[in-house]
Amino acid sequence: MSALGIIFSNIHDDNVPELTAKRTMGSIPFGGRYRLIDFPLSSMVNSQISKVGVITKNNYQSLMDHVGSGKDWDLARKNGGLILLPPFFSKESGSLYQTRLEALKGIVGFLSHSYEEYVVLTDCDCVYAMDYNKVISYHAENDADVTMVYRSAVDNASKNAYIVTDETGRITEIVAEDKASANKERNYVVNVFVMKRTFLINLITDAISHGHHHFLQVMTDSMRSLRLFGYKFDGYIATMDSMLTYYNSNMQLLDEKVRNELFTENAVYTKVRDSAPTKYGNAAVVENSLIADGCVIEGEVRNSILFRGVKVGRGAVISNAILMQDTQVLENATVNCIIADKNVLIREKSVLSGSKEHPFYLAKNSRA
Amino acid sequence: MIRKKKCIAMLLAGGQGSRLYALTTKIAKPAVSFGGKYRIIDFTLSNCVNSGIDTVGVLTQYQPLILNDYIGNGQPWDLDRSFGGVHILSPYQAKEGSKWYLGTANAIYQNLHFIRQFQPEYVLILSGDHIYSMDYDAMLQHTIKTGADCCIAAYEVDIKEASRFGILNVNGDDSIYEFEEKPAKPKSNLASMGIYIFKAEKMYKYLEEDNRDPASSKDFGKNVIPNMLNAGEKMVAYRFSGYWKDVGTIQSLWQANNDLLGDDPAYDLSRTNWKVHSRNPISPPHFVGKEGKVTNSIVIAGSKIEGVVEDSILGSDVVVEKGAVVKGSVIMNGAVIKHNASVTYSILDENVTIGEKATVGAMNDDGKISVVGRDSVVPENGTVAPGEVVDAYAMKEE
Repeated sequence: MSALGIIFSNIHDDNVPELTAKRTMGSIPFGGRYRLIDFPLSSMVNSQISKVGVITKNNYQSLMDHVGSGKDWDLARKNGGLILLPPFFSKESGSLYQTRLEALKGIVGFLSHSYEEYVVLTDCDCVYAMDYNKVISYHAENDADVTMVYRSAVDNASKNAYIVTDETGRITEIVAEDKASANKERNYVVNVFVMKRTFLINLITDAISHGHHHFLQVMTDSMRSLRLFGYKFDGYIATMDSMLTYYNSNMQLLDEKVRNELFTENAVYTKVRDSAPTKYGNAAVVENSLIADGCVIEGEVRNSILFRGVKVGRGAVISNAILMQDTQVLENATVNCIIADKNVLIREKSVLSGSKEHPFYLAKNSRA
Repeated sequence: MIRKKKCIAMLLAGGQGSRLYALTTKIAKPAVSFGGKYRIIDFTLSNCVNSGIDTVGVLTQYQPLILNDYIGNGQPWDLDRSFGGVHILSPYQAKEGSKWYLGTANAIYQNLHFIRQFQPEYVLILSGDHIYSMDYDAMLQHTIKTGADCCIAAYEVDIKEASRFGILNVNGDDSIYEFEEKPAKPKSNLASMGIYIFKAEKMYKYLEEDNRDPASSKDFGKNVIPNMLNAGEKMVAYRFSGYWKDVGTIQSLWQANNDLLGDDPAYDLSRTNWKVHSRNPISPPHFVGKEGKVTNSIVIAGSKIEGVVEDSILGSDVVVEKGAVVKGSVIMNGAVIKHNASVTYSILDENVTIGEKATVGAMNDDGKISVVGRDSVVPENGTVAPGEVVDAYAMKEE
């Protein structure tokens, strides 16, 4: 049961435009030392998938810097390993892809030259630890053409489609948008799809010849002729569909159950930075916080996530904040409910405050 | 095509480190954890890479399993090279019979074929049990500039301590006229750091001579260096004045860990222009809980702190449960300190468990450090006295 992984690094960029201004969805920092792509990528490695193609579109320098040769995921291989798939321009295509299906058109060659039986497709907007082998087994048991992973939730803010299945798990309806569904539990697609590699190649070439552009539309149109199945994922899953869900999902890591499920039962791999250990000063006060390596903490930190290399000066008070890599909070500054992107400088005695509903965002390299 | 290296390094990592007691029952001294996320050998390997030396032979002998596994293919230090890189050199069986490394000089002698394949002009000899950041390239340039056949790194120690070291007696230009191994009455306080750069051809010559001498103890300090001096070879000292610590004893290991703490630490790990590389744990950021309190300490990935940690160094995946108090201690990877236990002035080796309400060590003015060896368990309400050593493997070894 060999499988090939395909990760879309750019889809959903528009959901968090501030964070993707200079990077892909996949390279958004998360949880103190990770980037969002680490979660699907580590899930693939933990599912013994050793060949992973990463589809990029634009702003992918930070992503390339992060994944490098793939060695930190054990994916620097002679056979397979991590393969970046940048956009493919040709006279016929003329422009950058806009949809999932158009992106897949650009990698038909890559798919044709592979030999794995199955393909696992995923995006980078979700944080989870998933055993894709279980999805593949489920797919095979049902003799399905396409299996879509979903989560059951009441989520009025979700931007993803939801599906309806019959008692056998077969999908009977795909609903792209449903504003009237307020406060109802729905089976939201988490954009993890499993199918046979040859099936995917046929699907793409067929779509090209018929002028189809949207994957879910093709699925909806062929619901009767194809065996489409839904696989329910019961584990922890967080979807970054807005700045607020990004903030809340980070904060959920302060819950031990979430941390155990994501990190203890599985390994999550990421780029190694060789940071020095984190140093606590004499006046440090840290409560209920997640602190990465390379930090220097002289002040107070509560209910916060600190990424690698963050510095907190004497008398500084930080609460409910996400401070990304190398951000500095100077002496006696006070911040509450903020998201500071990489390398932000918060000056002495500054007072910055957002709210838990509207966390205040400071862009990369900014001064406040 | 001829491929050569200007200078390659040979790192002596075979020492048992018997004065570290329980900490080295199962592993070689260079593999002992240090500073939370490092092992002692990381400092020497990182110095090599940061100095532009990309070929390192690591000579292992005593309990090499963990050390070999840790070094692996050298990738964490950028030493996975197709020509050069890191090589583990263990004693081997030859036609004349198998031989353990008999001394530092013999260890290098047995691996001359390894050195010769790189045709180096210079060979750097290092030991893997010191904590320091040093630019070996500056020392190499000094060797080349002075035209020395052998250059010895030297450190000014307290004259009262000098009789513990190999002492270099030098002329005004720092050329060496005498070398005394642990002299009773030292004439100078310039100690050898056990770091040598040899002109390769000279080293081959003296090692071969030394090997033929049945009376020799096959040691650089006792035999090779004095022989070279007696033969009138040009020997110079290279003074080093940065932080340098031999971590050969429990006290010095504890002290060197403590030297990382404070606002202006004696040894600063956060120097960005001289990173210490290591094999990083695959663990999430550490978590400090609502009742956790951490001051003047070092903590790294994977740890979970619900208790009190003061003036201490914690490795990866350490758990300090509620009510537990850790003071002035070095806690290595994977240790679990349960509810209401207290650990004071102690070194806990990897994967140690301290039971609820147990007391390990105590404040004392005599510098007595308690040691709990790898995989040991201190039971609920148990006590480990100041200076006591607990070793789960001690019985089996005897």
